[in-house]
Amino acid sequence: MSATELYDRLPDRGGPAQPLLTVRGLKKYFPIRGGILGRTRAMVQAVDGVSFEVRKGETLGIVGESGCGKSTTARLAVGLIDRDEGDIIFDGDALGDTLSLRELRRGIQMVFQDSYASLNPRLTIEESVAFGARVQGLSDPMGRAHGLLARVGLDPARFAQRYPHELSGGQRQRVNIARALAMSPRLVVLDEAVSALDKSVEAQVLNLLSDLRAEFGLTYIFISHDLNVVRYISDRVLVMYLGEVVEVAPVAAIWARQAHPYTRSLFSAMPSMDPDNRTEEPPLTGDPPNPIDPPEGCRFHTRCPFAATLCGRKAPQLRKIGADGHLAACHLHDPTSGHPKAGKIA
Amino acid sequence: MTDKLLEIDHLTVRFKGARTIHAINDLSLSLGEGETLALLGESGSGKSVTLKALLRLLPPKRTEIEGDIRVGGTDILRLSGRSLQRYRGGDVSMVFQEPALALDPVYTVGAQIAETVMRHKGVSRSEAMEVALDMLKRVKIPSPERRLQNYPHELSGGMRQRVMIALALACRPRLLLADEPTTALDATVQIQILLLLRELQKEFGMGVIFVTHDIGVAVEISERIAVMYAGQIVEEGTTREIIKDPRHPYTRGLLAANLHDVARGERLAAIPGAPPALETRPASCSFAPRCALAGPDCRAGLPPVVTPAPRRRVACLRADEAVPAE
Repeated sequence: MSATELYDRLPDRGGPAQPLLTVRGLKKYFPIRGGILGRTRAMVQAVDGVSFEVRKGETLGIVGESGCGKSTTARLAVGLIDRDEGDIIFDGDALGDTLSLRELRRGIQMVFQDSYASLNPRLTIEESVAFGARVQGLSDPMGRAHGLLARVGLDPARFAQRYPHELSGGQRQRVNIARALAMSPRLVVLDEAVSALDKSVEAQVLNLLSDLRAEFGLTYIFISHDLNVVRYISDRVLVMYLGEVVEVAPVAAIWARQAHPYTRSLFSAMPSMDPDNRTEEPPLTGDPPNPIDPPEGCRFHTRCPFAATLCGRKAPQLRKIGADGHLAACHLHDPTSGHPKAGKIA
Repeated sequence: MTDKLLEIDHLTVRFKGARTIHAINDLSLSLGEGETLALLGESGSGKSVTLKALLRLLPPKRTEIEGDIRVGGTDILRLSGRSLQRYRGGDVSMVFQEPALALDPVYTVGAQIAETVMRHKGVSRSEAMEVALDMLKRVKIPSPERRLQNYPHELSGGMRQRVMIALALACRPRLLLADEPTTALDATVQIQILLLLRELQKEFGMGVIFVTHDIGVAVEISERIAVMYAGQIVEEGTTREIIKDPRHPYTRGLLAANLHDVARGERLAAIPGAPPALETRPASCSFAPRCALAGPDCRAGLPPVVTPAPRRRVACLRADEAVPAE
């Protein structure tokens, strides 16, 4: 099977200038229940007003620490969990309006971190890969599955009949990628998809992802905690902290200048890789606060070296701080914010 | 030799069962007093098994161990009963990857640290509690008096790992074993824990073996690095030597796969294939099937160990060959 036969890509609708995915004001609070009556005791503010766009053909990297809401954002965007508020617009069609959940899932597929938990242990891998295509009523699901397994580097003659436990982690993740592609999606969300793999295997899978992106004209959302990997694979990077977006920028711009103090700390926490020049001071002290009760105002102000009184009172908005679409949510970069150091720190 | 804190000679560990797994194959390693060594390798390379063998934590019924392990001159493979109890947690202690699993959920952290101190030092409970408080201060836990009374689930991941470290160091071990202690932590917390361990190592002067799969972490923490593959050490040297002048093709591959300063869109020099299954004892170079430089001689027998400098070794026939153009 050739690439065109393997792939029934959905037609482009709005042209190249229209973002493939637009997320506006996305919000998700998870209730914590307790006590005998199971009443809601508190809310985890997992995602709180997240907005971003994914352009056609680009790879958007999402970085942040555990609990920052990056995985929840991805799951909301794919429709795996219901949002409390916000719009999800896929190539011009809003979910719940002109786009059904079933249509959204045909357009967006996801690959998860745990390659074993993602696969049904009782299905052979060819059945797993063919399953979604069959449900969606695509033609020749089994032929498609075999073609895709071959494409991700698993010879169908040797692997198609195997069960997930008979494969290594790297091989299973290839199966998960093949399964996502079997739906011929336009956008693939990779949620820490290479994080559990050994470094040598991770590089193989990253090469595969680059090839598939070029071959099938895919758009990726790539979630990872590994900044080196994000830098390698992404066009733009979105940084999250405690359920909010703190900075968005093209890769080159953010590596040249981290505008938000949190982004700067995250980057300086990377190991130096230089035995003659090791890290001497931790960029931040303590752990990230609990998203059940996030700090008032700017959520980073409790750990921020530049925090002023204002920061504890008023939450900064994402605003443009550079020509190339560099956005940051920090009073320091808003000359009118009233922060004593506003505009004085690069 | 008495100036060596740890000497491992020709250690072999096999797991028996439905299949035999040759987890460690003829591993030799030494560590001086106060030295910090990182054992670097991927999953299944045998780095954690080495640590567990050192603390005699492997299940005796299913494990065959051959070779010699000496800590401060004592043959620890022959320890049993009381002397084994004294050794574990006294001379040598360990910090695990998942502090949430390693700590007991039904005792306060103060009680857990104090229990260890009472056991090993034979002091009273109140004296042991003072040691526990002092340890919490040393690992820089904010408001340590209050934290003594906390249960593990009341602490964040980073705080729990600090408690683990306090527990491990409470009896002033001569050797600390750390099994991926920062892997489960966030980046900004990981660097705090690494710097804390580095500081405490200097302060207490203990030897440290730090197991990790992350080269970046190894560089931050250790003076020396031993790279493991398929149950053997394939290369050892100072951190500088390993990073600036890697000789073994596997070490070179790992460094390339770290993606430090790799430009976007550039094709990654990935090591092909996957590590061997270790169902048979390796009779030739275990890395040869994945190695770009391998020739028939690599598959004919075990590679020689080349020692280009004192305490530097490379188990490779091609160790002296020119580095391929990068």
